[in-house]
Amino acid sequence: MTNVIEAKGMSVGYGPKVLLKNADFEVKKGDVFIIMGGSGCGKSSLLKVLTGLMPPLDGRFSVLERDFVTSDDEEKLNLRKKTGILYQSGALFSSMTLAENVALPLSQYTDYDLSTIDELVHLKLALVGLLGYEDYYPSEISGGMKKRAGLARALALDPQIVYFDEPSAGLDPVSSARLDELMLEINQNLNTTLVVVTHELQSIFNIGNNSIYLDAQTKTITGRGNPKELLKNPPNERIAAFLTRGKAK
Amino acid sequence: MKVMEYQIQDSVLRIAFEGDYIKKNLPEDFFNLIKSAEFQKIYVDATHLKSWDSSLLIVLFELSRFCSRSHILFESKDLPKGVEKLLKLATAVEPVQNVSQNLHEGFLDHLGGWGINIYRSFLRGFHFALKNLKVYFSSFFQKPLMRHVDFLFALQECGPSALPIVSLISFMVGLILAFVGAIQLQTFGAQIYVASLVTIGMTRIMGAIMVGIIMAGRTGASFAASLGTMQVNEEIDALKTMGVDINEFLVLPKMTAIVIAMPLLTMWADFAGILGGAFVGILALDIPTSEFLRFTINAWSLKHFTVGLFHGLTFGFIIALCGCYFGVHCGKDADSVGHSTTQAVVYSIVWMIVATGVITFVLQRIGI
Ligand SMILES: Nc1ncnc2c1ncn2[C@@H]1O[C@H](COP(=O)(O)OP(=O)(O)O)[C@@H](O)[C@H]1O
Ligand SMILES: [Mg+2]
Repeated sequence: MTNVIEAKGMSVGYGPKVLLKNADFEVKKGDVFIIMGGSGCGKSSLLKVLTGLMPPLDGRFSVLERDFVTSDDEEKLNLRKKTGILYQSGALFSSMTLAENVALPLSQYTDYDLSTIDELVHLKLALVGLLGYEDYYPSEISGGMKKRAGLARALALDPQIVYFDEPSAGLDPVSSARLDELMLEINQNLNTTLVVVTHELQSIFNIGNNSIYLDAQTKTITGRGNPKELLKNPPNERIAAFLTRGKAK
Repeated sequence: MKVMEYQIQDSVLRIAFEGDYIKKNLPEDFFNLIKSAEFQKIYVDATHLKSWDSSLLIVLFELSRFCSRSHILFESKDLPKGVEKLLKLATAVEPVQNVSQNLHEGFLDHLGGWGINIYRSFLRGFHFALKNLKVYFSSFFQKPLMRHVDFLFALQECGPSALPIVSLISFMVGLILAFVGAIQLQTFGAQIYVASLVTIGMTRIMGAIMVGIIMAGRTGASFAASLGTMQVNEEIDALKTMGVDINEFLVLPKMTAIVIAMPLLTMWADFAGILGGAFVGILALDIPTSEFLRFTINAWSLKHFTVGLFHGLTFGFIIALCGCYFGVHCGKDADSVGHSTTQAVVYSIVWMIVATGVITFVLQRIGI
């Protein structure tokens, strides 16, 4: 299996403030890759680096076998078209209906004709269970629906990688479980690689098949592998505490 | 190479997908055909399909919806597993009836709705103004809830920070008044009266109007934008549920600051405008400095000056009320912040003009 993301000696932070030092990890094609760690350890910042919103302080990483740090703007754009992102609150454009939100990347980046785009929008909304909500504005739907609509938009271009920042934050347990299921369906049936930032234990064990644990104190990756294996043999106490909600001593 | 073949045989529509079905537009003629053709069953064969993406899914999705609508059998062979699963997922949830579509309204309905809306928002604005004026005046007697830093920040924002732009614009207005007046007055050899014209014009009304318009665009807009953003972030809801009176907590510091700043800025604008007039009078019209000064002092009267300050004060209330009203009543998305800001500026200016009309009429009646 090929690696879709490969990081070597990567450091992440803001100016003098370093959050992650000299990190190496790789994400294989078809993985559900979990980035976990306590609040404020730099998970969102790492995601910002991976999606190209900010450069790493040091080191390099490649996405879909292209070096991301040294690639020029055109190549970055090409890579971005092959990735989708679901932000914490969905980040839907409030002045557009759900259909227009999903159609935006399609009309920007593809040569499909209008009726095809229309049908693709229907399909993506149907996949996330929102068929019939095409003409709703984001302010008219619930938080869980916003996330699903955001996912529909992230899936618009049939991406190879989809990033999620705390997808279950702010959702009730049922919606959260449904979102997990949906993510798994997409992962298995579209063969999309998912990179998920989360500290929701249930999700971690349900969907993750590979993971890294960012440690805020050492600023390094202190654990990696299948989360279930990590729970069985935790490499250190902090990971054990994290995976058992602090019950393990 | 064709990636999709179809034919109708013994009332069965046979469709075969081959090769790479990627990034294909919807086959329009195919869907036109199936709408008119007669068949009882659709049979999809994907044995020779190599790769696919969403554009294949939409064809199948549309087909399966067509089949369930017209009760036609749908069969498939060797569909990739992912495709089958995703189709199931996409058709699992029944579409909800679309309720957000606009109902069709007649012209009279529309007109009536418009009128009622205007009436309601007028009432709402009136209540808002009354309430805040009450809060403002009772704050003289009772210690209000507002934080002093908020007030000081607002004062800094509407006072010192506004000085440069107010000075520049008032200077230019004085200059223009002098030039325009001079052209007429020169024909009578009376250009010395430029000094009187500029002094009376600036102190009585122009100073206040210019400051009002600048402050509406500068400070009124910023009040609306900051309160609007607080509304979007649900900060205002949070304050309300904590039992904090937003009129005292958010509106009062802004209103107090601008009501203090406006008369002072008006005075400053009067001065800058007269300076602009002097610039033209002394340099371009060759009026001796001492003469210009004498005419200016003669023309200056406490009456005009006070009327100007009163305008400034009134405009201060109007700008604060409009800015805060549209900020607090902002919608819940990013666009409505922009809309509120525009509304705040437009309504401030409209009400300032209305107020000027009313004040002028009343003063004229009582002979000031
Ligand atoms: N733009 C920024 N500038 C400086 N520091 C930041 C910025 N954004 C986040 N941080 C800091 O980086 C740390 C990690 O933030 P974040 O990546 O959001 O953590 P997480 O998502 O793991 O909770 C926090 O301590 C935060 O204060
Ligand atoms: Mg975060």
